[in-house]
Amino acid sequence: MIKKIGNLNKNKIISRRLFVLVAAKIGLLGIVTSRLYNLQISEKQKYEVLSDKNRIREWKTPPQRGIITDFFNNIIADNQRVYQVHLSLEEVSNFNNSIFKLKNIISLKEDEIKKIYENKEKSKPWDTLIISENLSWNEFSKLNLYLHELDGAKPVLATSRYYPYSNDLVHVVGYVGDATTQDIQNKKKIEENFVPGLKVGKIGIENSKDTDLIGNHGTKRYEVNASGKKISEISYNKETQGENLRATIDLEIQQLAQELLKNQAGSICVMDIYTGEVITMASSPTYDPNKFTHGISTKDWNEIKNNKLRPLLNKSLAGLYSPGSTIKPLVALAALEYGIIDTKFKVNCKGHDHPYELYGERYHCWKKNGHGLMSMRNAIKQSCDIYFYEVARLLGVDKLSLIAKRYGLGSKVLEDFFSEEKKGIVPSTKWKKQVLEQSWYLGETVITGIGQGYIQTTPLQLCLMTAQLANGGYKIKPNLIYDKEIDLDSIKSKIESEKNKSVSQNILKDREFKYYERLYRNPNNLKLVLDAMYGSTNEQFGTSFRSRHKEDKYKFAGKTGTSQVKRITDQDRELDLDLDEIEYKSRDHALFIAFAPYDKPRYSLSVLIEHGGSGSKAAAPLANKLIKKILDRHELREKIRKDLKNIA
Amino acid sequence: MILSTSLNSTSYSFFDKLKAVDYFLIIIVAIIGSISVVSIYSTESGSFSFYTKNHLTRFLVFFSMFLVLSFVRVSFWYRQAYIFYILGTLLLLLVIFFGISASGSKRWINFFIMNLQPSELMKIAIIVCFARYYHRIQSSDIQSYKYLLQPIILLLIPCYLVITQPDLGTAILIAGSGLAIIWLAGLNLKYFIYSGLILLVSLPFVISFLKPYQKSRILTFFNPDRDPLGAGYQIIQSKIAIGSGGLLGKGFLQGTQSYLEFLPEKHTDFIFTLFSEEFGFVGSMVLILLYALLIYRIIRIGFSSRSFFAKLYCFGFASGLFLYIFVNIAMVTGLLPIVGAPLPIMSYGGSSMLSIMLGLSIVMSCKIYSRDPIGN
Repeated sequence: MIKKIGNLNKNKIISRRLFVLVAAKIGLLGIVTSRLYNLQISEKQKYEVLSDKNRIREWKTPPQRGIITDFFNNIIADNQRVYQVHLSLEEVSNFNNSIFKLKNIISLKEDEIKKIYENKEKSKPWDTLIISENLSWNEFSKLNLYLHELDGAKPVLATSRYYPYSNDLVHVVGYVGDATTQDIQNKKKIEENFVPGLKVGKIGIENSKDTDLIGNHGTKRYEVNASGKKISEISYNKETQGENLRATIDLEIQQLAQELLKNQAGSICVMDIYTGEVITMASSPTYDPNKFTHGISTKDWNEIKNNKLRPLLNKSLAGLYSPGSTIKPLVALAALEYGIIDTKFKVNCKGHDHPYELYGERYHCWKKNGHGLMSMRNAIKQSCDIYFYEVARLLGVDKLSLIAKRYGLGSKVLEDFFSEEKKGIVPSTKWKKQVLEQSWYLGETVITGIGQGYIQTTPLQLCLMTAQLANGGYKIKPNLIYDKEIDLDSIKSKIESEKNKSVSQNILKDREFKYYERLYRNPNNLKLVLDAMYGSTNEQFGTSFRSRHKEDKYKFAGKTGTSQVKRITDQDRELDLDLDEIEYKSRDHALFIAFAPYDKPRYSLSVLIEHGGSGSKAAAPLANKLIKKILDRHELREKIRKDLKNIA
Repeated sequence: MILSTSLNSTSYSFFDKLKAVDYFLIIIVAIIGSISVVSIYSTESGSFSFYTKNHLTRFLVFFSMFLVLSFVRVSFWYRQAYIFYILGTLLLLLVIFFGISASGSKRWINFFIMNLQPSELMKIAIIVCFARYYHRIQSSDIQSYKYLLQPIILLLIPCYLVITQPDLGTAILIAGSGLAIIWLAGLNLKYFIYSGLILLVSLPFVISFLKPYQKSRILTFFNPDRDPLGAGYQIIQSKIAIGSGGLLGKGFLQGTQSYLEFLPEKHTDFIFTLFSEEFGFVGSMVLILLYALLIYRIIRIGFSSRSFFAKLYCFGFASGLFLYIFVNIAMVTGLLPIVGAPLPIMSYGGSSMLSIMLGLSIVMSCKIYSRDPIGN
């Protein structure tokens, strides 16, 4: 009986204890359930992202650069097939060994190997390393032959930049190279689309239009396993090629210009005086931009760098020169506009024996025997210095500077398009005070009148100045990339409407001008100056008479310039040496500006030959050849322009 | 007299036996078994190869064994309880001398047809042993030191042997099952509280005796980001897999964490993770519900049993089973440190399957022979 009671007790205890256990179990089950709820319902998003991060890895694919053509659709910057070898790091078992093997197959240089190791340091373990960007066909086929021995090595057909007209356009188009850390920092577009091996523009259009040209990188998303091996491609967001650009350049004229400048240092610029299209912007000497695409060799680089004629300097817009006599039409125009002189004003040029004198300083004309009594037209035509000394003195440097700036000197022609473009100097009394902290001397005004002294211009500025004189005195917008917004007919009609507007009182004041706004007070003043330039080229005793075209349709008007590199001493004047006898560095720069055709002006140009001697002998003859070519191609250019307009 | 006749009645007709079988329990086990085969199939990315074949074979063999052994009289288990315990302990000793090492621990003995893990068998042996031990003891005697000391020694021997393998997880599960029965038998609560306190105080000393990998597991548990690619990797990846499963899961064979090899030990300890990733919260709840039903059925059988042995065994086994499941799920969800505890039936592994099926067959035997008088 006792046992039975004991058993009953024991049963009770067990049941009670079980109850406690079951309660505990239910409690623990609740904890597990809530934990699962927490993970799978509340924080699902978080873990989903983590899971995708685990399994999906992205590889960027490089975009193709946009193609650049000239105005006539000739490709001037192309994409070319190249053979490359890439190394997929995750598949490489022994990196040193792989490089050693590759070195023997594709002849890698020491500095190249050094660079590969540097790049490897920066790469992630699943990245692909570019071992060589540009293999010869021989190397490429050899590589394919030994491929089975090279784990991770991949022969790749890629595209890279190619400039078919190599040297002819480097100063316009520029070149590309590897993106540096700075490039990536400076341009958001580069940062966004950066892929190892991405090429970016270093100078020229390639640089300034990089954002348009680069395109957008593609993204390949792969599912990878825990050890990083690609399992399958999930998606491929294809890369898009950069925008194709049409430059305003005429390849044929550009090539002719480069040919004319061969073996000399200098620049030739040609511009459409209405649309502001830069048709040619040649600078000599040049160099081959293709050498930069895959990194230039030290030898080639030194050759370019050490060339005395400075090929790297884009002389058209970064070379600064005294304009010399090419400024004279502008000086005359300024004096007429301000009513300082009239057409009857004359100055007597009496030769070296009777120089122009001011406060004891003597100023000579270039012509030993003097020009005699000079009117304005004759003074421009024969480029008399004495006449312009006097006019400049009467005008004053500040009024001269104001008009010079108005017609395009002293500021960048292509704005920020080229980082290397220079503003030049158009001096004034205020400028000297601010910059040199000195007061202005009248003697400095006098020499500014013949484009010497402080005044510094680029050939492209002179070309723009000529264009804005030749188009009848209207401000234009120079451009290097074809812009359908700039429409010839509407510009012409706008100019026509400006012509008839009454002139406001402050036209001669220092103020900003809008594009296609009228820059002059009296149209007759401009006509007079342009007519004098006509005389300079087409009449006897004109300084560029020998370079004229006799055929009516090629007739042009111009102005020579010879800018001194150093002060001419009395002794120099006495010696009167021939060009060959003067040391190269001391020779004058030869300049020439012109517009054509004379009766219906359309194009302006500037020619500069560094240390070329006199403008009439060295620069003007080139204009003769150029203008024929420019005018011969005029109709074709207009046809293209019409087609482009119709497409738009 | 009538009562005593019925108590002594030990003859069952075959029909009686079939009638007494708990078919519901069998069905639940079959369902969980099917789910496990499907899950293992998924760990192999849907190819019917090595693991799936092995697992399916083992399940079928041991499931059949469970059905057959269910008809062994429960009195047999009662009589052989200590033999079972001694056999288990001997096997554990054999492991020390003839064991097979894998990944730093020595847990298995090669028996040609399978590698047996004696510690898994010990999980059942300890329950059977304790059920028998407490079957005879009067509730008034339980609190005496003699009856307190004996089971503790019985418990410490296998636990020590398993810990030195080293296999902390299994040792904890053995100890847990044993303690559950001691608790059920009615040992005073204060002893549990005392020993709990002693454990807490001695914890720092215990930790200093742990192997470096065990220490790092514990540290990692408290801060998985401590070493995300090393010790913390498993738990981080497991949580990612479960969490990204969401409500309905990524779908069968779609568990990216597992088929892309992010999930470690996916066949064994982390099988729940895989299942949960593919079938989501809903799937996990269904699986947990199935386990709950299984445990409920076992407890129910315990209630309907007359003998203390059967009761203690069923309740003890149910508690053990619950503990295995809880520790495993808590571990893979980051609630407990990773200690190496398989999920019953689901996890790949012959010994675990064998011991669970053996345990279940004893439960079923309790049901079929519920009228058997025991130990008199």
